[in-house]
This record gives sequence, C-alpha cells and structure tokens, in this order.
Amino acid sequence: MAEYSALSIVRNALSGNEHWKPAWRKPEPKPAYDVIIVGGGGHGLSTAYYLASEFGIRNVAVVEKGWVGSGNIGRNTTIVRSNYLLPGNTPFYEHSMKLWENLSHELNYNVMFSQRGIINLFHTPAQEDDHARRGNSMILQGVDARFVRPPELKRRVPALNVSGSSRFPVLGGLEQPRAGTARHDAVAWGYARGADRRGVDIIENCEVTGFVREGDQVTGVETSRGRIHARKVAVAVAGATSRVMAMAGIGRLPIESHVLQAFVTESIKPCLDTVVTYGGGHLYISQSDKGSLVFGGDIDGYNSYAQRGNLPIVEDVMSEVLELFPAFAKLRLLRSWGGIMDMSMDGSPIIAKGPLPGLYLNAGWCYGGFKATPASGWCFAHTIAKDEPHQFNAPYTLDRFHRGTVIDEKGQGATPWKH
Amino acid sequence: MIIVCPFCGPRDLSEFAYCGDADNLAARPDPAATDPAAWNAYVYDRTNPAGEHAEIWQHAGGCRKFLRVVRNTVTHEISGVTMLEPKA
Amino acid sequence: MGVDAPDRPEVRVVTSHRRPEGGTAIDRDHTVGFTVDGRQCFGLAGDTLASALLAGGVRVMGRSFKYHRPRGVMAIGVDEPNALFTVTTDGVREPNVRATEIEVFDGLTVESQNRWPSLENDVMAVNQLGGKALAAGFYYKTFMGPVFGPLKGTRFWMMCEHAIRRAAGLGRPGTAPDESRYERINAFCDVLVVGGGLAGLHKAVEEAKAGKRVIVCELEPRWGAGADAKKDSEIRQIVESLDSNPDVTLLARTTVWGWYDGNMLAATERVADHLKTAPKGAPRQRHWVIRAGHVALAAGALERPIVFPGNDRPGVMLADAARRYAETFGVLPGQHLTILTNNDSAYAAAVTLRHAGANIRAIIDVRPEIGAAAQRLADRAGGALKLGHAVVGTSGAKGLKTISVARYNHETQSFAGGSEQIETDCLLVSGGWSPVVHLASQAGAQPVWDKTLQAFLPPDPDRRWSVHGAAAGNLDFGHDLSPAPAPVFEIRHPGKAFVDLQHDVTADDVRLAHREGFRSVEHLKRYTTLGMATDQGKTSNIAGLAIMADSLGKPIPDVGTTRFRPPYTAASLGAIAAERFGDLFPHRLTPMHDWHGDHGARMYAAGHWERPESYNRPGETVEQAYVREAKTVRSGVGLVDVSTLGKIDIAGPDAPEFLNRVYTNGFAKLPVGKARYGLMLREDGFAMDDGTTWRLSENRFLMTTTTANAGKVMSHLELCLDVHWPDLRVHVTSVTDQWAGAAIAGPKSRDVLASCVTGTAVDNDALPFMGIVHGAIAGVPVMICRLSFSGELAYEVYCGAHHGTHVWEALMAAGAPFAIAPYGLEALGTLRIEKGHVTAAEIDGRTTARDLHLDWMLSSKKPFVGSAMMDRDGLTDKSRWTLVGVVSRSGEKLHGGSHVVAGDRDAPGPGLGHLTAMAFSPEMNAYVGLALVEDGENRIGQHLYATDPVRSGTHIPVEIVSHHMVDPKGERMHG
Repeated sequence: MAEYSALSIVRNALSGNEHWKPAWRKPEPKPAYDVIIVGGGGHGLSTAYYLASEFGIRNVAVVEKGWVGSGNIGRNTTIVRSNYLLPGNTPFYEHSMKLWENLSHELNYNVMFSQRGIINLFHTPAQEDDHARRGNSMILQGVDARFVRPPELKRRVPALNVSGSSRFPVLGGLEQPRAGTARHDAVAWGYARGADRRGVDIIENCEVTGFVREGDQVTGVETSRGRIHARKVAVAVAGATSRVMAMAGIGRLPIESHVLQAFVTESIKPCLDTVVTYGGGHLYISQSDKGSLVFGGDIDGYNSYAQRGNLPIVEDVMSEVLELFPAFAKLRLLRSWGGIMDMSMDGSPIIAKGPLPGLYLNAGWCYGGFKATPASGWCFAHTIAKDEPHQFNAPYTLDRFHRGTVIDEKGQGATPWKH
Repeated sequence: MIIVCPFCGPRDLSEFAYCGDADNLAARPDPAATDPAAWNAYVYDRTNPAGEHAEIWQHAGGCRKFLRVVRNTVTHEISGVTMLEPKA
Repeated sequence: MGVDAPDRPEVRVVTSHRRPEGGTAIDRDHTVGFTVDGRQCFGLAGDTLASALLAGGVRVMGRSFKYHRPRGVMAIGVDEPNALFTVTTDGVREPNVRATEIEVFDGLTVESQNRWPSLENDVMAVNQLGGKALAAGFYYKTFMGPVFGPLKGTRFWMMCEHAIRRAAGLGRPGTAPDESRYERINAFCDVLVVGGGLAGLHKAVEEAKAGKRVIVCELEPRWGAGADAKKDSEIRQIVESLDSNPDVTLLARTTVWGWYDGNMLAATERVADHLKTAPKGAPRQRHWVIRAGHVALAAGALERPIVFPGNDRPGVMLADAARRYAETFGVLPGQHLTILTNNDSAYAAAVTLRHAGANIRAIIDVRPEIGAAAQRLADRAGGALKLGHAVVGTSGAKGLKTISVARYNHETQSFAGGSEQIETDCLLVSGGWSPVVHLASQAGAQPVWDKTLQAFLPPDPDRRWSVHGAAAGNLDFGHDLSPAPAPVFEIRHPGKAFVDLQHDVTADDVRLAHREGFRSVEHLKRYTTLGMATDQGKTSNIAGLAIMADSLGKPIPDVGTTRFRPPYTAASLGAIAAERFGDLFPHRLTPMHDWHGDHGARMYAAGHWERPESYNRPGETVEQAYVREAKTVRSGVGLVDVSTLGKIDIAGPDAPEFLNRVYTNGFAKLPVGKARYGLMLREDGFAMDDGTTWRLSENRFLMTTTTANAGKVMSHLELCLDVHWPDLRVHVTSVTDQWAGAAIAGPKSRDVLASCVTGTAVDNDALPFMGIVHGAIAGVPVMICRLSFSGELAYEVYCGAHHGTHVWEALMAAGAPFAIAPYGLEALGTLRIEKGHVTAAEIDGRTTARDLHLDWMLSSKKPFVGSAMMDRDGLTDKSRWTLVGVVSRSGEKLHGGSHVVAGDRDAPGPGLGHLTAMAFSPEMNAYVGLALVEDGENRIGQHLYATDPVRSGTHIPVEIVSHHMVDPKGERMHG
C-alpha cells in the first residue's frame, strides 16, 4: 500500500482521487492466529501494531464487534499528557508521550498531535502546594513541568477570568508544555492502517460471543463470524471489560462501568490555544483544529452501559466552563455524547498476563485511556510477546488490589465513581 | 433520571448520591472474619452487569435515607426502589 | 435594485424583493434599522435577518468552512447551513447565529463571518484552487514534516496547524464577559407537546380538554409557522383558546433540545434576544427543565435538498423555504424562479409563489411522469414542465444566473441529449421530507426507514412518547398531492456537488470515503466531517447516507443512521449553566466571619469555607503575623475559630458500640464527660479521618471531623448504619452549622476561662485533659472540652451558632488582661506542624495509620472498619512513605509540595518523599515541615534536600527529624 505524502495527494488528485485504496483491508477471518486481540479500539489496534512492528508477531487478528474506533478512542476529549503524581504512573505515561511525539511519522498518518500544553489551574494555596508537589514529582522523573502565573495566563488565555472576582480565583497553573491534543479518530485509523500494512487482519463487524477453552487454557474465541483459534487471546475492550470477561468465566473484576459525557461547542475562530483544567471543580477544555471547544467534567457517577448521560452533569460542566470563561456564555453547545468508562478501584489501569492461561487483559482505563494509547499497546504487546510485563506496566497488575499495592492518584479508595 | 424515594416521592437524580452495588454491600463479611479472599472480593471485585443492577443510593439532598434501587444499566430504567428494612 | 444587481449588503431601501402585499409576520408600518458589518440596513418589524436581507436583494450571506465559497440562505429555520452571522450586544459577541432565526429590531448589530476582508471578497477562497487535493481526509495524509532537523517531531505539523486553525472556525468569539442574566426553571406537566404547528396545537387542545396539564413549546416566534397562510385564522383561534386555559403553558421561541432519563426534557426559551431592551427582570434566556408525564412529538418535517453540481450557488434554496418567505414575510427570493424536485410538494410551493408575483420559468422534475394533482398545479404555476429532467450545473459569479438542464433517467442515473440553459435567479429545490425524529431517537427509539416516504420515521411509540403530524410521517401537502418522492438524492454529473454545504463535503468526498474503506455511517461522518457542522446535518445526513448506500450497492437503512444526541439545535452555555456561575457558588461562613473581617483577618478559601489566614497588623507580612500569633499561643494565650470542624451528633443506646466499630480505637468504655481522639479507616484499610469524640451522656456523643472530610464521614456513618448495621439503634445528625466553636490555647488559657466561665469550675480537677464541662460565658450556655491541637494547654469552647460572635467577643474581652490574640489558619498550622499532628494533608487517602505513626490507635481487641484489610503486604511494606519532621539547615524557607531527595541540585536522584506542610517555627527558630518519606523512621538524623524545581527553584539542605518536634512528651497540654 502506498505511502501517504503531499506528493501522493497531488498525484491522486490529478487522477480524480479514483485510485486511493482502503486504509486497511477487510479480510475474512482465518481459522487460527498466533494472537487474537479482542477489541478494535485504540488500545487493541496499537497493541496489534506494536506486536507486528516491535515484537515480530504478525499473524495477528483484531476482532471488533462494530467498526474500528467505535468506542472511547472516538469519544474522548483528545487530551494527551503525562503530568502524573505517583511514581507508578509517571514512567508509563512519559513513555506514551515519547511515542506520541513521533507517532505521525511512525504511522505515516497525521494524527495531528499538537503540543499546545496543558495548564492545570489552582485556586487555593493548598491546591498550589499540591500542584507544586506534582510538578516537582514530574521534574524529578524527567518530565517537563512549570508554573504559570496569572499575568502569563491572561496573555496566553485571554478569555480566562483571572480577575479574582470568581468564586475560586485563579492563583496560577501547573503547565506541562509538551502535553496537548491529537485527532482521536486518526489515532485509531493510523494504527489500523499501520497494523494492516504489517499483515495484521483487522476484522470488523465480528462480535466475540464466547471463549474457547481447554481446561483453564484459553485457545480461541467464538465470534459472530465463527470460531477462531489462537495461541494467545488478548482482551482490550475498556468499557465492556466485565461483559467480555464474563464470557471467559471471570465473573468479578475490580472494575465498574460508568458513563462519561463529553461536549463540543459550535466552531469558532481560535480563542483557546492550550488545554486548561479547572481546580475549583472538574473541567478540562481545549479547542479543536476545526474550532470547536471540546470539554468534559466528572463522570455521571452511577453504573451504566448506556452511551448517554443525564442533565445534572451537563449543567455542572457548563457552569464550570463559564466560571473560568464568562465570555463563553453566548457560545453554544453543539453536541454531547457519552462513553462507557472502565472505572477501576484505584483509578489506574490493568495491563497484565492472565487471569487465565492464554489470556491477557488490558482494562481499567477510567477516563484517561486516550493519552495512554501508544504506551498501552506497546506495553501490552510486550507482555503478550514475552509473557512478562515491561517495567513500565509492571505496577499495573490485576492482583495489586488484593495485595494493597494500589496506585491511587486521587486517594479515593475502592469507590470507582469518585476516581 | 428520576428516583421515587419512598419517603419523599419522585425526585431528580441530582438529589441522590450513588453508593455502589447493593448485593455486594449486603455481602460484607463478618467483621471478625479475617479471610482475605472474602474481604478482597467485597472491597474490590464487582459483577458490574449490563442489565438489571441492584444498587444503593442515598437521598443525600433529601431525607438522607439509603435506598435499594433496581436499575437497568443499559436503559437506565428503574424497576424498583425500596427502603432498607432494619434487620429483625 | 434589479435581479442581477451586484450583491452588496449596503441595503438602504427595503423594496426590491418585497411584494406590495402579503406577509403574515411583518408590520409594514414599522421599519426597523439594523447594521450588518457596520452598514445601515432596514427591514420591517417581524422580519428575520434572512428575510430582511432577501428583501433587500442580498444573496451572499456566508462563506463556507473549508473553501470559503460564497453562500446564500437556503432554508428558513433551524436547518439553515449557510447564512450565519455574529450578533454583537454591548461588546459581547454571539457567533454563528442563523440569519433565519435572528429577529430584527432597532439597533441590532451583526457581522458576517469567516471572511477576510469582506463577505464579498474573501482571500481564503483561494482554497478552492486546491481542488481535489483538499478532498476528504487529505490532512491525515500529509503535514507530517521531515523526520530529522529542527522541524522533526510535531513541530512541522504545529506550524501548519497554526494556519489551518486560523482559516477554520466560523464566527469570532470575544473575551468580554457576558453580563446577561440567565435563569433556570423547573416545570412539571402531564403532557409536553413539542412543536407548535397545527398537529401540536391540535394535540394540545385534545389533552387540555381531557383535563391534562399541558406545556407546548415552539421554537419559532410564531405558532403554526410552517403551515399554509390560509390556516392563519384557525391557528389564531386555537392559540387563543389554549392561552386562556390555566392548565396550558404556551412557550414560543422555546427549543426542546434534550431528552434525558425519566422523561426529563431540557429546553431553552429565548426571552429577550429579539428585543432591543429586555423587560425589567427578564433574563436573556431561560433554561426549562421539564418533567413530563408524556411527550407528544409534533416537531414536523424538514425539507431535503437534492445534491447536484453547483448546488451551493447563492440563489439555490429549498422550495418550501421560498414559499414561506413569500407568505410570512412578503419576500420573493427571486423574480424568475425555476424548480427542481423529486416529489409533489414543490408544485404547491410553485403555485403559492406564482400567486405572490413570481415568474415560474420551469419546473424540472426528475420523475418521468407525475400525478394529475401535481399536473394541475403545474398548469396553474405556469412555466415549462420538464419531466424526466435534472439540473446538471449552475452558473453565476456570486449568485445564480443560469442553470443547465438535461434529460435524465433517475432509475439508471443516466443522461440523454445535450443540456439546455435556463436563465433564473433562484432555483428552488425539493428532495422530499425528513420527519424530525431527533427527540424520539434521544429517547432511545431506533428510527425505521420508510420506503414510500424515503425517510426515517419514528418507530412505534412507547408509553413515554407519541408522535403527531408530519413528524409521524403524515405528510399532507394539500391539493391531493402524493407524499412519496422518487428515490433521488443526488444527480451525479461532473462538477462539485455539495452534500454538507457548511462543511464543504461533496458527493465525491463521500465516494472517496467509501473507496478508502470508511463505510459505516460513523466512519463516513468522522472521515469527511459530514453532518458535524452547526446545522448538525439536518439537510445533509440523508443524502450522505444515500450516496454511501449507492456506492455500497446496499439499501439506505443498511448503512445505518446515527443516533441523535442532545442538543437538537445548539443551546447556549449560558442558559444551561443559568444562575450557576459568577459569584453564586456556595460560600460557607462561620458565625464569627464578620468579626474576623473587622479585625484585619486575611481570609483563606478552605473548600467551600472562608477561614482567617492570619490577623495582620499594619505593616506585617503574613509570615510575621502568623509567627507572632504562634508565639502568643506558646507563651500566653490565643483564640482560633474552629467552627468549620465537622460535628456529628451520635445518639442512641447502641452509640458506643457503633463508635467502637467505626473507630480503630475503643470508645465503648469512654466515660461520660470525657473526650477521646479517634481514627477511622476506610474498608480497604487506609486512613480516612481523625477527630475527637465527646461522650456527652450515656447514649449521646458529639463527634468532630476534619473540616475537609466532614461530609464524607457523615455519609460513611450513615451508610454503615443504614446498610451494614441496621440493627444498631443509633441516630446520626450533622450539627456542623449548629455549633460555633472557638479553641483557646496557651499557658494562660485556663486563666482566661476561669475569669469568664460561670456555672462550672475549669481547674485541673474539674476539667482534666480530655474532660468536658458545661457552663456559661456572658450568659450563653457553652460546652468546653479540654483538648489540644496546638500542643499547649487548650480548650475548645462550643456554643449555639447564633451566639458565636457574642461568646467569641466575651472570650477576647476576658483575655485582654492576658494579652490574648486571635490566630488564624497559618498559626494553627505552625503549631500543629511543630507537634507533628496530622490533618487532611497527611491523611490524603493513600496513607495508613502506620505511615502516620498512629498504629498505637489500632485496637487488637475488636474488629473495626478496615481492620481486616489493614495488614496486607502493600500497606505494611517497609519502603512506604512515613511521617517525619524536616528542619531547614540553611535557614532558607521551605516550600510546601517540595520533594525530599538525597542528591544535590545537579543530581537530585529519585524523589524519596514530599513535604506535606511547612512553617517557620518560633520554638525551633527554623523553617520546619512535615514530610512523608520513604522508610522515614530509618532516616531520622539524615541530611537530605528539600527540592522545589517547579515553583521556587529552591534546593534546601534539611535534616530529617521526628515528627514530634516540640514537646514530644506532651507535658504542656497535660499541664
């Protein structure tokens, strides 16, 4: 399949764009593979890509119930960052950041990663100390971080209310300059195309209906398009983890499914050139290349598999936008939607071998999975290929909950709806 | 979403606080028991079903009673709300 | 101004396209002046901006998103994709408002959008020269930049992106805060009727007659706006009768945009947008939250265009929109009209327009034959009837001048013979009708494809909703016309044919998406951006689906339809937030709040509370003030407001047993009249909160919690009682706001109390450490407990909240001879840091009792919440971070949030922990702090560094010491 480039665009345009090929093939499933990845979302596709590109395992199928990228990879607010507090998280997310920084070249697909920075605002001296703590933790682990004060904030984010008149006045912000946003769908498509070019079969409209087991050993999957065997089966279906794992006989997991809403306004000219988060509540907001403000807040806070939320959170989130940006009151909400989050018991993910022989699990992304897409796939591929975790995902075991080695960024304990 | 509180009548979602899986909360191990498996299962593991789900909600902005709400996690439809009765 | 006059917006006279009669909405005696891009224009009262500009002969009303092509108004309502303007009011900008929805008034100020320097001449229109290179998704294939050199990584893309972002976007937002007021209203009804057309109004009458409470919402300013003008008097009568019924609420200019669980609907009422000045007290917009027993959907149907080459030229318009401009506003969008249709409804529009004075040049129908009813109307409309023909091209620089028409077989999609040119200034298009199924879809109903109507219809209703009129697919165009269109969505012929006009998605883009494998409806939308514009694809979705279906060789419903989500049309953020922004978030103030302010306190936000930080004397810095205050406490006496502590009344015969279960330490044997310090864990064994609990009587306790965790602890106790231990006879009640609390601390505190407390002694016998007495101060009953957070001899004095200031002032007065001083949070923090007492900064949800050296409180004699889980490996690991004290060795000020490292500035090494709090300690004459440090106990005496690279840049040598820095044996507070 041809490389994408400015030249290929011009050449194709001259022939009426009649000769473009599908970005990935639409193959029929083979009877058996070395590895089957359940879930054609960002994490499943990136896992397939890195299995093929980094670990030399190309006899791989990705089976997807619907269409590629139909889950949270296409429903998030596109923020990429590695500004974590806890040592268990930082190396993993920083690895992800480094993969992001070269991803468009690596995939020969413009995922539009724009390092426009993220600024976490703080509003009280206690919050300032918390943010300093996080920034210092980042710097000590080799991640970029700096403090931003109101005069600079005013200059860089002119619509931000730094006047001190708001309920929680802005005292400053912790910035990660290398953070930013990417085009979420392009990440799924780029990985799909990249994996496909390396021989991976991406099989859409193929729903897993059961697992094939010999004793405890998982040896394949039953699907709506027939039984497919595999030496290893890897599950990456965040949002539906409990449903899928139940088919493998795993009835209870440290995960609850919750709905998170996201919002975009109508398209407007550039007015917000970075990502801003609000410390007086819970809000993250940026502006897309098309000009829409893209934002979200808390999860609705009750178990849900419906990709839609309710009005109280909508009202909360709008009020938080206006608390920061009173000039945006006349802008209009254009679309809202919901995604189903795998909320884990400590707010951190699971990338691990098991819990059955032949089975591998990638889950529990809460609402931070998008930024992790490259490292998640990379580490999961490593774990599948070598049957042991990389040091980056070594803390993300399934048994850490029982052992008490939780990685709890918010300090909320086993109440997933509060993470 | 509207939850019909047995004390207060039909009230908006915004008045309630979600408190988790009712069946799991009901399965709290004997406090004197120290079997780690039972406690681990209780504290960390959930069935997380797609469909009918019994859950505990507190009418935090109302009578503050805890209610057992049976709700479908796919449709959000509520099929039953009951008070938690004192044990005999 | 003639038909072919240049299209300039400086429209001074409102005549060229306004008919001498007609116009049900306008008031011909009332001229209205408004400005467009600073130029004065005039319209009539009742006009929309679109009708006023059409009347003035303006054709270019917008520029498209990608190619910046000139565009005219195409529709008359919420489906308008092209004519978008920015409305400015007092310097506040509202971008992207549809001209079809802006009601003109004197002084209205609007700007055109997405053009530079002007709407007429837009430099960015050069994008059109990119032609097919700028096809759907081109940006995913390029702009990656070089793989080496200064532009590698993301740099090159970000340079390109900078330019792309400037070209994209539509209207420009402002930075001036919107001072408008918005309000939220809850409403309840038996039946909510969505849509105030004839079907909705009839439904409202029926329900009102049955005695139901009814709310009717109509998004347009007028009732029955879409109906034939002949129905006007019928509509007026119905509305009058409904209006006089007290059980009926009629809301015009109100868009029901969201359907949420439990039949809760969100609507925005535009109360004052159409007025020069809003009535006193009226908000700009009102956010309605409507709980409806049943929802009657009667939102009508939207006419669809047909996709054909050149279909975006200003002057191409929906047929029914043109009819309504004529009937409602007395405006003809052109003089020499042509019509392109695949169905009968356009014939009725043609006749109406003919009666309004237009010259119908031709009716081009893709169908080879039509019914007798349509034929009769065609005869009345006049003009050439061209059956089995199609429009294959248009021309005209900034507005339509001619169309090319060719013989067309829609079943084979083939053309025959050459094309014929017809001069026309307005081409009216009708591609059939799509019922508005959005709200039903939001409610979870999956629309079903109707082959006859070539449209998605709502499925069978459930008990929550019903559907009426055109929304149900009951399309009645009168005159015995057929509602069934020919299945023609695109006339495929060379040339740029637009599917989504605002986003410039062409039919070829849809086919390119197919070719590249983006075939599901969601992939199609995401890859091409079809339907993602401000009109949400109201005019484009079906055509896009149809073209994809054609490419796939599948029927349309097999490609699928996307699920509609809120909002139906864009809703302003201000309305949804309503009153909940600005300075209206909750503040919590203690009873003594005003006193603090009057005495120089700097206030500090602690959660929702406002607390005194320090009482600065003139010329004092915060540090000087808190050091003085802390010294006063250690050497004399100080007074601090502790009303913010969580306070929970715990009553009942099983209260002691209850406390025994929730606290790690024993409470059952606590004597009446004594207090005890308690620690709570979460179920997972980590620390949750600490505080003192006072036994007031055999069966009654007063629990205090940290300020930060008051709500969390309350819910936890309630849950334990209701869910886990319903057999316990205990009531818990939050009394945080009922008690005012003041802590009086320092060696002279007892003397102060002795001089002002009546009714009880306060000496060491009557009031030993952790003892409680009841008495009065200045006539007010008080409850006094001798306990200490500062480490000094200290008491907490509680009284009814309303007496808080009275008692506080009495204590200050009694303390005057002892030089009492009030102290704030900073001094409080200093004192507790010196003592190593923990707060929420250390009980951060990740620490254990052992980490905080509170393991002495873990009873081994009883189970308690968390006891089963607290000894797991992860919670007892030796490398865990534990609480230590930190002393600055260089005299430099420490900074909260600093990390503890072993190496110097150049090679700090890994973080070993972090400072949770810092202060200047007058006792130790040094900057000190508390820290959580890896294997802390074994580091006591080590010389390390406190590093703060992100904030102060300091790297300060420190010594690790015990967290008990001052009076480790507690002799002072016991004294």
